[in-house]
Amino acid sequence: MTTHTNTPQAPAKEPTGPATGLIGIPPHIGRALATGGGVLTIVSAFLAWTWTDAFPGDLTVYGYPGGLQVLVLIGGALTALFGLASYGIKGLRWLAPAGADSAIKFAALAAFATAWYTVIAIAVDLGGLANLEPGGWVAALATLVALLGALALPYERPAPDPIDPDDTGWEQFRHKVRHTGTVVKAAFASGTTKAPARTLPAYAEILVIVAALALGLTVFTYGIGTEYDELFIGFLITAGFGFAATAKAGLVDRVATLTGKHRNVTMIGAFAAAAAFPFTQSDDQYATIGVYILIFATVALGLNIVVGLAGLLDLGYVAFLGVGAYTAAMVSGSPSSPFDIHLPFWAAALLGAAVAMVFGVIIGAPTLRLRGDYLAIVTLGFGEIFRIAVLNADGTSGPDITNGSNGISSIPNLNIFGFDFGQEHTVAGFTIARFANYFLLMLLITLVVVIVFRRSGDSRIGRAWVAIREDETAALAMGINGFRVKLIAFALGAALAGLAGSVQAHVTYTVTPEQYQFAHVVPPNSAFLLAAVVLGGMGTISGPLVGAALLYLIPAKLQFLGDYQLLAFGLALVLLMRFRPEGLIPNRRRQLEFHEEAEAPTVLSKAGA
Amino acid sequence: MTTNTTTKDTATGPTAPGETVLDARGVTMRFGGLTAVRNVDLTVNSGEIVGLIGPNGAGKTTFFNCLTGLYIPTEGEVRYKGTVLPSQSFKVTAAGIARTFQNIRLFNNMTVLENVLVGRHTRTKEGLWSALLRGPGFKKAEKASEERAMELLEFIGLAHKRDHLARNLPYGEQRKLEIARALASEPGLLLLDEPTAGMNPQETRATEELVFAIRDMGIAVLVIEHDMRFIFNLCDRVAVLVQGEKLVEGDSTTVQGDERVVAAYLGEPYEDAPGQEEVAEVEAAEAHADAPTDGAPRKETDR
Repeated sequence: MTTHTNTPQAPAKEPTGPATGLIGIPPHIGRALATGGGVLTIVSAFLAWTWTDAFPGDLTVYGYPGGLQVLVLIGGALTALFGLASYGIKGLRWLAPAGADSAIKFAALAAFATAWYTVIAIAVDLGGLANLEPGGWVAALATLVALLGALALPYERPAPDPIDPDDTGWEQFRHKVRHTGTVVKAAFASGTTKAPARTLPAYAEILVIVAALALGLTVFTYGIGTEYDELFIGFLITAGFGFAATAKAGLVDRVATLTGKHRNVTMIGAFAAAAAFPFTQSDDQYATIGVYILIFATVALGLNIVVGLAGLLDLGYVAFLGVGAYTAAMVSGSPSSPFDIHLPFWAAALLGAAVAMVFGVIIGAPTLRLRGDYLAIVTLGFGEIFRIAVLNADGTSGPDITNGSNGISSIPNLNIFGFDFGQEHTVAGFTIARFANYFLLMLLITLVVVIVFRRSGDSRIGRAWVAIREDETAALAMGINGFRVKLIAFALGAALAGLAGSVQAHVTYTVTPEQYQFAHVVPPNSAFLLAAVVLGGMGTISGPLVGAALLYLIPAKLQFLGDYQLLAFGLALVLLMRFRPEGLIPNRRRQLEFHEEAEAPTVLSKAGA
Repeated sequence: MTTNTTTKDTATGPTAPGETVLDARGVTMRFGGLTAVRNVDLTVNSGEIVGLIGPNGAGKTTFFNCLTGLYIPTEGEVRYKGTVLPSQSFKVTAAGIARTFQNIRLFNNMTVLENVLVGRHTRTKEGLWSALLRGPGFKKAEKASEERAMELLEFIGLAHKRDHLARNLPYGEQRKLEIARALASEPGLLLLDEPTAGMNPQETRATEELVFAIRDMGIAVLVIEHDMRFIFNLCDRVAVLVQGEKLVEGDSTTVQGDERVVAAYLGEPYEDAPGQEEVAEVEAAEAHADAPTDGAPRKETDR
């Protein structure tokens, strides 16, 4: 980790001997083993792994992979494909523009981890290894062979780091551990020899983007539709390592360049893919999850303007969602609302956004004179003040506005131009039920927020936000009215949250103060919103969307975690901050900020969104 | 709107030579009991390069901060082209005084072009709504800003690095970029705080050329510097600040010949016996000390 990072120059300077793998198998045999193991894994997925269908997913059928077997099949296929690509077979070389070796390693890891997880889960669930059919053994063996073969592939070893003989034993031990860590890390580092991208005609590039988006939709739909815990865990394992493999192969970079080139096409395509989601579902069960994810993600994206662009750490952001939701609920014609008005949705949404913005200005004006941690603490306080004020405005301890802890209930469904959101509708043979209706409406709101984010970020005001975040004193000296610019960011973020809140009120039927806490088991709440932004990547559009989807899906799917959910969540955040502080989908700027030692791609491309 | 302001401001930039751009009168800055700057007068006329020198801790940067609105002077006032400066630094920049910092303060994670565009902030007007709606006015203004920024990058010779991150530039180029960023706000007066700190002689000369070129654009320059050769080559007038007070002001020969300046930098000579006699005395003493050469105790004192 010290100076001996895997810079490409290091091996050139010092003769480090022949490049070898982590394991002492000759590389050409390793390559053959990996590829063969991958093929065998594919075959094994078609065998029966267990004798009884007591294990979920029915793994007893020959010739038809089910449940976890499909995931193993995908892992094996990836391994085999990258293996073949590493032989330089024509027509497969495009698979690995950045070298296939580390991609093979990750793909093999994906297949291995999923297969062994399945086998162990079978043994544990059914009580003993005796429940495995030969197919299970074959799968376990094949993936193991593939993994061992992959680990034998050569890589650029970092230069050996000599030990200082004067060090104490403990120091020497630490040194060795650190160096071993570097070696292992180097084994999984992606190759540096990048073949220049073949220029494709524009339509082909767009087709590639469409294919990537379709793949994304498929993966997401599969993940959301996993029916049992084992399958979801297997999905996470395969998807995680599989994504790492494609990233190491350079495919992700390649697609990112394309999407950076055709940003509008990508955006339209992404929304088309998202809009297609309810049509892939036969019932409303998963559309429910979809709409909650979307609300969460939209609010997180709004927060990303405040935190990611302007650098204002706001820990009370969920209050603005609450303001929007309460406003919309009060003018929705709900019987428990103190006002007997029923505004049309567009008016309610605008009112929700406007009221939230006013609250943003009221809270922002005194607090934004503070910097850094102090701002965070004060916003945290204001967030709680909102919740407690709403709780107390129940007519007994305060004015009768919000109905206290009962909240405003039986909010009627929306009805836009005679389209009743509460009813099922049949569009072109597809049945779209209540939550799917709201999903599509929420998607429009998300689109608005995305456009606002993109346009404001790439403008005079957006540059001023980034400048303030980078160095406030210098920004002031450049003529930026820091307070005003920060207040605009704060109010804009609040308005977007209010907009999302106005839909949320209708989706949830009821708004209560408990929905808008700082920390709570169910997202969205301020802590989870911030976590989604940080996890996904500050300052990007796709980052918070991905972060929010993961943060919602994982607790929703892994019910068995139960009370340990928050513990697992905290652990995951700590690990993430240690190993990838810039988030899953990093902003180009942030990535450089956190990895100073990395060889710098000096030119900042606009592909980071 | 923006293109209009551009031309208007550059039109006001090159004022008739001799007109007072900056007029600081009796500026005093106290921090609690400490008086960092005491009753300093300084004028800068248009077309002039004025130097501000003084030993470390003399109050030069404090005085600078008083001029740019980072500090509000405890007493006295600063006028820019006849009007009293506002008390916030962003308003000072809008009024027409731009500055660089002693230790470079670029926006490290923004590109070279973006850094200069941030400098244009006060000269452009589009707010949030125009950014969201993206009307034709917005595009025109963005394009005009970018063109102007590219002109400046051209001027300092960094146009080919427009998309590089500021942090990745070499030191000398970062200094230049900071000057370009300051120029982007179309100032009538540019304050440079140690522009050649850490530079080699070639880079210093290049900076000299750059400052002259800026002066020729009609922008008055006030520069703090420790490099005396640089200052005396460059400046029409030099003011010396010692312990918060202005000691001398005048052209380079006046300042260089002034005993008080030499004293401030090098310390006072013996008051009674300066010059030849003292030299002779010292030499004699040294010769005397050399005589008992091989004494062990002397070695020890040497160490």
